[in-house]
Amino acid sequence: MGLLSKKDAKLITDPLADNNPITIQVLGICSALAITAELKASLVMSIAVLFVMGVGNVVISLMRNIIPSKIRIIVQLIVVAALVIIVDQVLKAFAYELSKTLSVFVGLIITNCIIMGRFEAFALANKPWRSFLDGIGNALGYAVILIIVGFFRELLGAGTLFGIPVLGDPIEKTGVYALGYENNGFMLMPPMALIVVGLIIWVQRSRNKALIED
Amino acid sequence: MEHLELFFKSIFIDNMVFAVFLGMCSYLAVSKKVATAVGLGAAVIFVLAITVPLNWLLDQYILQPGALSWLGAEYVDYDLSFLSFIMFIATIATMVQLVEIVVEKFSPSLYNSLGIFLPLIAVNCAILGGSLFMQSREIETLGLAFNYGVSSGIGWFLAILAIAAIREKIRYSNVPAPLRGLGITFIITGLMGIGFLSFGGMLTGGDEEAPKEETTAKVIKTKTEDKKELANHTKIVE
Repeated sequence: MGLLSKKDAKLITDPLADNNPITIQVLGICSALAITAELKASLVMSIAVLFVMGVGNVVISLMRNIIPSKIRIIVQLIVVAALVIIVDQVLKAFAYELSKTLSVFVGLIITNCIIMGRFEAFALANKPWRSFLDGIGNALGYAVILIIVGFFRELLGAGTLFGIPVLGDPIEKTGVYALGYENNGFMLMPPMALIVVGLIIWVQRSRNKALIED
Repeated sequence: MEHLELFFKSIFIDNMVFAVFLGMCSYLAVSKKVATAVGLGAAVIFVLAITVPLNWLLDQYILQPGALSWLGAEYVDYDLSFLSFIMFIATIATMVQLVEIVVEKFSPSLYNSLGIFLPLIAVNCAILGGSLFMQSREIETLGLAFNYGVSSGIGWFLAILAIAAIREKIRYSNVPAPLRGLGITFIITGLMGIGFLSFGGMLTGGDEEAPKEETTAKVIKTKTEDKKELANHTKIVE
């Protein structure tokens, strides 16, 4: 990364693992859990959040000196809401089916705590370029968890990835199904998302002891 | 009946936390003690009960396609539904501020217990989610919208109360170190969600009753027809 100094690069790489917005900072859980039954939906959601966070962080950072601190929450909400409306309209125009599966969760990006959290903690006190990197980094950290959860839920629940069967045909008993493997439909139910995230947290904290809570 | 059905459906079947994962951030952050959990839960019920009907009115008379027809015939074609996110969040943010000011003025004791949670609530996804679900499920009347707001608030309240009670107790058990705190809370919530799935069958009993009503109606019809025929017969006899 020739373009970025070491300090700037850290802004992007930190949220991917040791300061992950979902598993460590506990931000933005709602949408992470509700739409991860398919990999495709998780990917689109991640891209939407990436866009909103990148642009939003820059906008807030540019305005940081003129926002009165008393009404900053409302200003932030309006900026995010405007960006989310753009995302929602684009999705409705080019991927109507997908925008139906995501339903209200596109709208809920507005109250996604990652976005408000990063605005408060970072963009209000830093210059636009660093805020932009922070936004991208945190959105990527969010995306990583969404994609891991989506991958396992779709693979184990439906035997497909992006809607393409990868484990063979469950009805004609080809591939792994010939060995007696069955899809675990329970993985597609909402509560399993929580348990999968819980397991990710378990794995991450047992690899990095510094993160363990007392 | 419609009200009762929506009430139980929003509390148990479509529970905000276990079925659609709304308001998870504050649910995880504020569930360490039962007392604070009760405060936040009450505030959520309160704010949902105000904002959902308010946003229902906004949606019906300003935002829906054709909603502006009350302004005159030339406004019938307008569709402002793309503005709903920004309108809803603005309503919620201002209402929360307003409620805070009113409560502080008139009931300092309520303010002391609820007050600190109110600013937190403006960015709680359960509140915006309540309004967005109200819009996407096309709830028909203002009364039902109010009912929906209150009952989904109660559902959220129950969920945070339950997890707070469990988290208070779990401090005495020997959880594997990497799972302590956040991890075990996620897994417990997942298990509670599986438990709540069992409420799914609660309201399906209604389907069987509908055909019966039809048959009874038919029976009544045939009876009246019989009577008419009888009457005819008696006429003929006379």
